Amino acid sequence: MSEMYEAVIGLEIHMELNTKSKIFCSCPTTFGAAPNTQCCPVCCGLPGTLPVLNKQVVEKAARFGMAAHCEIATLSKQDRKNYFYPDLPKAYQISQYDMPLCKGGYVDIVADGEKTRVRLNRIHIEEDAGKLIHVEGKGTLVDFNRCGVPLIEIVTEPDIRTAAQAVALLQKLRAMALYVGASEAAMEKGQMRCDVNLSVHKIGEPYGTRTEMKNLNSFTSVTRAIDVEYKRQVAAVEAGTPIVQETRRFDAESGRTYSMRSKENDSDYRYFPDPDLPPIHIGVEQLNALRDSIPRLPDERAAQYMSNFGLSAQEAERVVARRDMADAFEETAKLLSSGAKPRTAAVLLSDAYAQAQADGLKYDAMDTAKAAHVCELVDSGAISHASAREIILALMKGDIDVDGYVKSHAMSQISDMAAIEDAVKAVIAESAELVERVRAGKLSAINALVGLSMKRMAGRGNARIIHEVIERILQL
Amino acid sequence: MSVQMKISEMARMLRAGEVSARELTQAFINGIDAEDEKTGAYITRTDELALKTADEVDTAIAAGEKLPPLAGIPGAIKDNIVTRGVRTTCASKMLGEYVPPYDAHVIDLLKSQHSPMLGKLNMDEFAMGSSTENSAIKPVHNPRDPERVPGGSSGGSAAAVAAREAAFTLGSDTGGSIRQPAAFCGVVGMKPTYGTVSRYGLIAFASSLDQIGPFTADVESNAIVLSAIAGHDGRDATSIPREYPDFTDGISTGVHGMKIALPGEFLSDGIAPEVKAGVLKAADALRAQGAQIEEVSMPILKYALPAYYVISSAEASSNLSRFDGVKYGYRAKDFETLDELYTRSRTEGFGAEVKRRIMLGSFALSSGYYDAYYKKALQVRTLISRVYDDVFAKYDLILSPVAPTTAYKAGAKGSSLEMYMGDIYTVPVNIAGLPALSMPCARDGDGLPIGAQLIGPHFSEQKIYRAGLALEQAVGTYDKIAAQGGDR
Repeated sequence: MSEMYEAVIGLEIHMELNTKSKIFCSCPTTFGAAPNTQCCPVCCGLPGTLPVLNKQVVEKAARFGMAAHCEIATLSKQDRKNYFYPDLPKAYQISQYDMPLCKGGYVDIVADGEKTRVRLNRIHIEEDAGKLIHVEGKGTLVDFNRCGVPLIEIVTEPDIRTAAQAVALLQKLRAMALYVGASEAAMEKGQMRCDVNLSVHKIGEPYGTRTEMKNLNSFTSVTRAIDVEYKRQVAAVEAGTPIVQETRRFDAESGRTYSMRSKENDSDYRYFPDPDLPPIHIGVEQLNALRDSIPRLPDERAAQYMSNFGLSAQEAERVVARRDMADAFEETAKLLSSGAKPRTAAVLLSDAYAQAQADGLKYDAMDTAKAAHVCELVDSGAISHASAREIILALMKGDIDVDGYVKSHAMSQISDMAAIEDAVKAVIAESAELVERVRAGKLSAINALVGLSMKRMAGRGNARIIHEVIERILQL
Repeated sequence: MSVQMKISEMARMLRAGEVSARELTQAFINGIDAEDEKTGAYITRTDELALKTADEVDTAIAAGEKLPPLAGIPGAIKDNIVTRGVRTTCASKMLGEYVPPYDAHVIDLLKSQHSPMLGKLNMDEFAMGSSTENSAIKPVHNPRDPERVPGGSSGGSAAAVAAREAAFTLGSDTGGSIRQPAAFCGVVGMKPTYGTVSRYGLIAFASSLDQIGPFTADVESNAIVLSAIAGHDGRDATSIPREYPDFTDGISTGVHGMKIALPGEFLSDGIAPEVKAGVLKAADALRAQGAQIEEVSMPILKYALPAYYVISSAEASSNLSRFDGVKYGYRAKDFETLDELYTRSRTEGFGAEVKRRIMLGSFALSSGYYDAYYKKALQVRTLISRVYDDVFAKYDLILSPVAPTTAYKAGAKGSSLEMYMGDIYTVPVNIAGLPALSMPCARDGDGLPIGAQLIGPHFSEQKIYRAGLALEQAVGTYDKIAAQGGDR
């Protein structure tokens, strides 16, 4: 029944720019410093202080906008958004209202193997607020360190339909930010936060009333919030209860969304142009210089990899996720001996990405000639893919002798038919249920059998040969 | 040794060893001791701080060091300009005990000049008012007649100079707050071109209109003080980067050949006849020295007052939001919720006029009303600037009255609206960001000073001072005007 309903989703993404100093003063922006050690009279909004715009903020935001195909305004202005809250020391946030720095634009994403274009409405610059810390028995404390950290707010059109697309967009925005050097955009560090606007409708019918869920700070919470709110709205529509336009809070613990405030109770922010800040002018020459400074971007690279190296859209999208990874891929592909497959290098490097990210490893620390050698070892069947991934990570950590490493870690792959047949037979004997499913036509169950066989061979079996042996024994 | 001298004369005597900086500073402190109970000009006195600076100057003189122009010349500062370690109240209960942790840019400059700071001066609360009756601390009395107001909002700054309680003072002018009290007290006050003096450290009333400027007893001294405080400051994005001259250069070259416009609208409705006569007398004095005076018509200026009150109140409503009882300043004793903390702190901490303007400004910026009020006011602003440009394409300066009347008695203005009408000749200048000098040109039948206003195009301060000095040489400083007018 609920399959009849489509979710219509737009995102508002706040991304911290990685400037050394804050947007309106010279305080540092380092994450995680002791409370109230990175603030001054200006970012604390003391009486008499004035903001002076950090030019780097405009440049980084404009570069990001260019990467997103936005029109960069040669004239934009900054406005005050007035509201009272203890984490906002001036009682107004300096943002951009009706003349943002970047207008329009789009981002192409790949989700579930399908390419989608998400149009952008605008990107504007603004300042972050401080943080409230609630201390049991002491009341509420304010940390002003984050006050004045520069942000861009990216507002999409409602072109997103699924949680997977929303996550793909966030990942793509992060990749773009890394490429142009605008932000680290790490959600776990609060450098990227996301508000989700969601409504449901039956395809062919007008859009429904939307609700907004604010400050989602991980891919998981974005995914869950979308799923939960979609289900809630579908249930409401089915029950004939009208959806109220409101802000809702997603509670990760209970996995539910709660009403925070309705549109009627929304404050009037009394936006007006900040008289302390002159309009932002960007000349044509400066725009050209900024444009010239933008490196080849993920989309362009992905397209090249697909046509030159035969990567699939998904594989190409993965290997361009980080600039140093894509650079390393291009280098490695160049150094491969004829006959070795660039695709192997792409898959290997992207498979190492999650771990590299978690360990803070950089692809540019890796000797690409050695990485090419690792790819050749995989393609010749000398080592398994899993072992190769481990060596790639080791290469990022420090210079190692690949052949020596393979030997000392007993990684050379077993292609010996007898050994593989022994392992496969043992697994088939133990896994009646999986075998049953394979025979019933669930071919994906073969992968599970391959995995179990590989495990039995301590990861050293040749996956391709194992696969063939299973098919032969089961007479598929 | 007399505290009635010009700054250049005091500076000469200091360098010649005819007076020490300590003696000079002490003389002004004695002046404050004698006068301030009557005037109420000072909110905070910093005698010891001033004497300490004076002693440093004396040491430097003894060592034969070269001194900046204001070294050893004692000044005092309007209490909306922040001073590190010295209470800065804005004459409000909201900031009654507030001690700033940093100095305003103008204070940095005066400190680098080794000018002894005598203290902080009284004003209308948050610079909102035209009589200094809105001070939450105490009223200021006009030294020319203690029953009368000194004007406002920089009433303390004007009164202190008039009563010789400082050699110079700094004030701020958002819609006439330097020029009108200068006129009421018979002293010289300059509102410089917007962007000439850094606003960094000036507690904002209306950011797009506010400008700091000097009060002195005579024109040349005024140019000396402005030269010390003008200049580009990277901490104020509205500060204009350019070469700022020494404003005394060419100051005595006269007005021969200058073309001066006299707007007819400012000499017709609502102006006291004696004020009109005084301004026309100033025009005659300038004409006698070779200036060409012509009457012009600027009908658009009648929209300046409503536009001013919309723009200034709108900006103020936002600027004053930070006084919320959370971080510094006044906090209500009794509250349960965050909303109560905000509401009660602001209700108890602000005076009636400040609250009136916050309400007015919040309304003007509200969604649904923005276009009808704020946006329209900005359009009027553009039109007014254009009309001034047209006039200055043909004329060097504009001569006009400062206020429709001379100083009135305390309590005489019953309503806020009546009070606002008194700003009619001064606000257009702020709307267009122009420089304007207010100086005494005559006195009325009650012996009260009448002010003349000289307005010029952006960055024409040198020319304004030239005309001002010529007028002063013709009619005399207020001491001379008062002495000559003794028969009336």
